[in-house]
Amino acid sequence: MNVNDAFDIRSAETHIEVYKFRGGSIVIATVVALILQALLPVYLPRTAMMDFPLLITVYFGLSRRNPSTGLLLGTVIGLLQDSLSKAPLGLYGIAKTVIGYLASSIGARLDTEHPAARFALTAMFFVVQQFIVVLTERLLLAKPGTWFNMHLAIAAGVNGVVGMFLFILLDRLRKS
Amino acid sequence: MVAIPSRHKSLVLLAAVVLAQVLALAVQIKATDSQGDKQSLIRGWTVGAVSPFERAGAWGVDKIRGTWRHYFALSATARENDKLRQENNDLKLKLNELQTKAEEAGRLAALLHFREAHQDVKMIPARVIGTSADTSSEVIYVDRGARDGLKRNMGVITPDGVVGKVIEVYGDTAQVLLLTDKDSGVGAMLADSRIQSPVGGMGEPLLNMKYVAGDDEVKVGENVVTSGMDRIFPKDLPVGTVVSVKPGMPFKQIRVSPAAKLERLEEVLILPTLEPLQMKVATETDTAQRAAESAAENTAAKKPAEKPIEKPIGERTKSKPAKEVPAKTQEKTPEKTNPTPPTDHPQ
Repeated sequence: MNVNDAFDIRSAETHIEVYKFRGGSIVIATVVALILQALLPVYLPRTAMMDFPLLITVYFGLSRRNPSTGLLLGTVIGLLQDSLSKAPLGLYGIAKTVIGYLASSIGARLDTEHPAARFALTAMFFVVQQFIVVLTERLLLAKPGTWFNMHLAIAAGVNGVVGMFLFILLDRLRKS
Repeated sequence: MVAIPSRHKSLVLLAAVVLAQVLALAVQIKATDSQGDKQSLIRGWTVGAVSPFERAGAWGVDKIRGTWRHYFALSATARENDKLRQENNDLKLKLNELQTKAEEAGRLAALLHFREAHQDVKMIPARVIGTSADTSSEVIYVDRGARDGLKRNMGVITPDGVVGKVIEVYGDTAQVLLLTDKDSGVGAMLADSRIQSPVGGMGEPLLNMKYVAGDDEVKVGENVVTSGMDRIFPKDLPVGTVVSVKPGMPFKQIRVSPAAKLERLEEVLILPTLEPLQMKVATETDTAQRAAESAAENTAAKKPAEKPIEKPIGERTKSKPAKEVPAKTQEKTPEKTNPTPPTDHPQ
C-alpha cells in the first residue's frame, strides 16, 4: 500500500476519511518546520514558544490516522529536532513519538477537521508534549523542569491558534 | 512466534520506538555518581538492573557451596579428622615414650654418677623387672641373679638411700624385700643424736623407728641413716627422715619417710660388700618435701595396724652373716646385733 493512498475507516456510527498528500509534501513540510523552528527565534525571540515540528506531527497524525506511521513520523521529526538542539537525542523524539501515536489514534476516531477541534487538540498535545519532556528530563537528565505554568499555558494557546491556521494551509497539500 | 493482534501492533511499535529512544538517551547521558564521577547512565542502569541478580546468585551459590561443604561433603573432612586423630595419638605415644626415656636417662645418669663416685666399691646395677603379685608383701624382682654374683641378704640401694635386701636368688633374677614390708628391717640410727634403733616396715609407705626411749630427744626432719650393725648395709647410708614423733613409754612412736623412692623404683644397685659409701646428702628442702609427701601418703593409706617390726634385717642375718663384710666393718659392728631390746642402742 502506498503511504499517499487514501482510504476510509468505517465504523458503526462514523465515516472518517483518510487523506493522502502530494509526493514529498510531508518531507518538505517537516524540513520547513525545522528550519522555521531554528531560525525564527533568532530574529523573533518571542517565537521561541512556538513548536512547528509539533504542529507538523499533529497535523499529519490527525490526517493520516494511522498510528504506526504517525508515531514513526513523530519519531523522525523529534529526533531531527533533537539533533538541531543541544538536548540529547531522544528527548523530543520520545515526546513526539507519543504525540504522533496519540494524534493518529484520535484522528482515527474523531472528526478533526473543525478548526475548534484542531485548536483544542493542538493545545492539548503541546501540554502533553511538555509533560513528556519534563518527565523525561526528570527521570533521565535529573533536570527539575516545571510541569505547568502560565507561560506554558500561553504557549499552548498560541501554538493552538497558529496550528489552527497552519493546518488550513497544509490542507492544500492534500490530493483532491 | 506469538501473534500480535493488528489493533495492538501500533502500541507495540510505540513501545519499541519509545524504548529505543530511551535507551539511546541513556547511552548519551552521563550521570554523576556518589563520588562525583560521571558515568554512562545506560551502564548505571545495566549495573543496577543486573547487580541484584548477581548478588542473589552469588548469595545462593555461597549458601549452596557452604551447605555442601559443611553438611554433605564431609567425607574428606572425616578422613582428615581420622588421620589427624591417629597422628595425634601417635604423637602422644611418642611424647610419652620420649618423656619416659628422658626420665630413665636422668635416673641412669644419677646411677652412673653414683657408680663413678664409688668406683672402689663393688656394686651390681640391676633393673626392676617385676613386683609382688600380692598386696600384702612389698617385694620387687630385679634382672640380676646368681649368675651375676648375687646372694641372699645382699643390700639393695639407690643413690637416694636404702631400698631393701635380696631375699631370694634365682639364675637370672632375684627377689628383693623392700624396707616398707612388714617383715623388713634395717639397723639404723638418728644422724644427729646417733641414737640407734632398727627401722622396719609396716606394710605402708612410712617406716617405723620403734625402740627409741621415751626420754630421748628426737626432732621431726632429722635424718635416719644405717648403723651398719646389721652387717648388710654399710654405715651412714640414708634410710629416711623423721616425719612424726609421738611421746610414749617406754618408747617413742617415730615415723620415718624412706629416703629412696620405693614406690617408683626402676633401677637399683646391689651391694655385695659392706664398704662405706658417701651417699647423696639430701638438702633441707628435699627433706621437708619428702616428709610432707610421705605424711600425705601415710594419711591417705590409713592402714590401721601398726605392728612392731617382727624381725629386723640384722636379726635375720645374724645366723647367716655375709661373707663380703670387711674386717674393719665387723670391728665396728657389735658381735651380736639385736636391735629389739633398747639396750642395743650404742651410747
